[in-house]
Amino acid sequence: MSRRQHKPRARGAPVTTVVVLRLYIVGGAPNSVQAIANLEAICREYLKDGHKLEVVDVLEHPRRALADGVLVTPSLAKLSPLPAANVVGNLSDKAKVLLALGLKGKVQ
Amino acid sequence: MHSRFCPRADIRIAILGLPSRQAVACQRRALLKETQIATKSKAAQALAKLATGIEGFDELSRGGLPRHRTSLLIGGPGAGKTVFALQCLVNAARRQRTPGIFVAFEESPRQIVANGATFDWGLASLAEKELFFLDAHLSPTLVKAGDFDLAGMLAMLAAKKKEIGAQWIVFDGIDVLVTLLQDPVAEMQEIYRIRDWLADNALTAIVTAKLENRTSEAVHYGFLQFMADCVVRFERRQEDRVSAQSIQITKYRGSGYAAAEFPLSFGPSGIEVGAAEPAEIGHGASSERITAGFKRLDAMLGGGVFRGSSTLVTGVPGTAKTTLAGKFAEAACKRGERTLFVSYDEAAEEIARNLSSVGIQLKAHVKSGLLRMYSARTEGIGAEEHLTKLKSLIREHRPRCMVIDPLTAIAKAGSLGAARTVAHRLIYMVKDAGITLLVTALSETDDPRAESTDLQVSTIADTWIHLSYLVLSGERNRALTIIKSRGISHSNQVRELVLSKSGPTLTDVYSAGGEVLMGTLRWEKEAEESARKTRQRAEFDQKRRELQFAEARTSAQIKALQMDLQRQRAELALYADENEARKMSSSERENELRRRRSADSAGVSSRNSGNGAAK
Repeated sequence: MSRRQHKPRARGAPVTTVVVLRLYIVGGAPNSVQAIANLEAICREYLKDGHKLEVVDVLEHPRRALADGVLVTPSLAKLSPLPAANVVGNLSDKAKVLLALGLKGKVQ
Repeated sequence: MHSRFCPRADIRIAILGLPSRQAVACQRRALLKETQIATKSKAAQALAKLATGIEGFDELSRGGLPRHRTSLLIGGPGAGKTVFALQCLVNAARRQRTPGIFVAFEESPRQIVANGATFDWGLASLAEKELFFLDAHLSPTLVKAGDFDLAGMLAMLAAKKKEIGAQWIVFDGIDVLVTLLQDPVAEMQEIYRIRDWLADNALTAIVTAKLENRTSEAVHYGFLQFMADCVVRFERRQEDRVSAQSIQITKYRGSGYAAAEFPLSFGPSGIEVGAAEPAEIGHGASSERITAGFKRLDAMLGGGVFRGSSTLVTGVPGTAKTTLAGKFAEAACKRGERTLFVSYDEAAEEIARNLSSVGIQLKAHVKSGLLRMYSARTEGIGAEEHLTKLKSLIREHRPRCMVIDPLTAIAKAGSLGAARTVAHRLIYMVKDAGITLLVTALSETDDPRAESTDLQVSTIADTWIHLSYLVLSGERNRALTIIKSRGISHSNQVRELVLSKSGPTLTDVYSAGGEVLMGTLRWEKEAEESARKTRQRAEFDQKRRELQFAEARTSAQIKALQMDLQRQRAELALYADENEARKMSSSERENELRRRRSADSAGVSSRNSGNGAAK
């Protein structure tokens, strides 16, 4: 995995970095449902090449969420590549999400 | 009543019914009573309270915060909300071994634990076991993209609650979260979510929220206040260069509470609310008399002051208030009673040294541990703070007698109103503990009435001794008056207080022209008195001697006269004998002469009788 991360650093090369994301949600909550949908749309559009998305239901794994420092839901964490980023909310503000995930350039 | 118009059977029923109706009424009354009791107990159940263990607050809230309900603490920064909330958790964890959760929206848990370490809670060790701190401090780099909710956090907290068995939960700084939501509807939704969650999880919750401005933001937190069953308002304001904190319960669903604003202070064990005195005065009255310091003062008080009473000693500077207080403390120590001597703006060492010059020895009692001397500065320290310190001193030392010298020092900083309530609460608290108290109060003028306008302690003190200077014929002398002494027939005389190497004492009374003489005048009067006595004695001796002399002289005269009389009698007797003899001899001679001269006997006898008449 780490090898694959290093490759795309070559200038001009298409981004093939695998973006690792984790979304904490509360199963069934409107904001959470919306967040999943919004994130999936973003991934389809901007992270076609490679991404790993893990959805954690806080109701099922509260202690894990606690350990990860999650407070409000839905909450999105970009774990790699660095810098890490955190976005809270239902991700309906697409521009903000892209900016936070470092995908802003792709839009232009 | 109806019997006249009723058939017979009905009459019987009516007659029979009469006692039964009474019975029904009786039953109904009993039922009513029962239901009243039932509703009462039901209400009591619904209103189950959890004691916070915060001094004073449980009294004014009549038992603590509502169990399984939400209490809201609102107030400005630094007013004590976080400490109050944390103290509730700490007390529950320490006293009832019930764990709690602290959700910190504002400060990081590390900061909170560090801040809490200033109190004697052992917070660091509690934080490892009984208390769980959730860092809900949202990072400033956090990006908000769309709406969010607290469902996840509450799910996590529910899991944690189950894990540690928490009964208390604190949401500290919920206003921070509310601001992040940026939407009034979402705010309300989330707050309702929290409320429902709390109800479902049977947790007793404390929610704190900042309130910058009383009027404008009270509206903002309207629904927050609505959601809470108990709302406590904290305030911090400036009073004459000293910041004073206060606490007030503004709402308590289904419960009575003390509605007034109460002073709040931070002691070594956290927050203390100055509301401890119940409206009813609880202390008993002892009829035991103890010395007020020395014999002659006790004599003026008809045998001393009552145990557990309070004595106020007023006077301008230098009238020996401290000496009197020291004598009282020394007497208590000599009885073997634990004593607390609190002095303001004068070091304990200095006081002990100065008092030893008038024969009051305190150092030995300090060494033996019987006497605790505490001295403190008063500049810039509020009255509440002093009270907190005194409370902890009383708890530590457990005195039976106590001296505060001078009590008026607590009013130096801060408002007079605050100092007044502190003075009153202090005296009531000390009396409730059965401690015999002597406080001194500095008066600015020599008029004892001036004191009553200051701290107004004189009205609640049992005994009031006023010390003053009397300036008379170029001299300044200390005078002692007992202005009042409840339940004691006391002397109404102004007495001179004299300080000597063997301690203070009161002198004998010399009054002249309606004035009690003091100092040199008294001395003069004393000298005059003794001179007069000497003179009287001398005069008496003189007179006695004179009389003795006269008596002696008279008796001597009598003796002389008697002797004279005897002599005269003897002479008379002798003369009579002689005369007889002469008569005889002369008649013989007459006869002889007559015979010789042969003259007429009658001529001779007439010459003789003429001779006798001349003699």
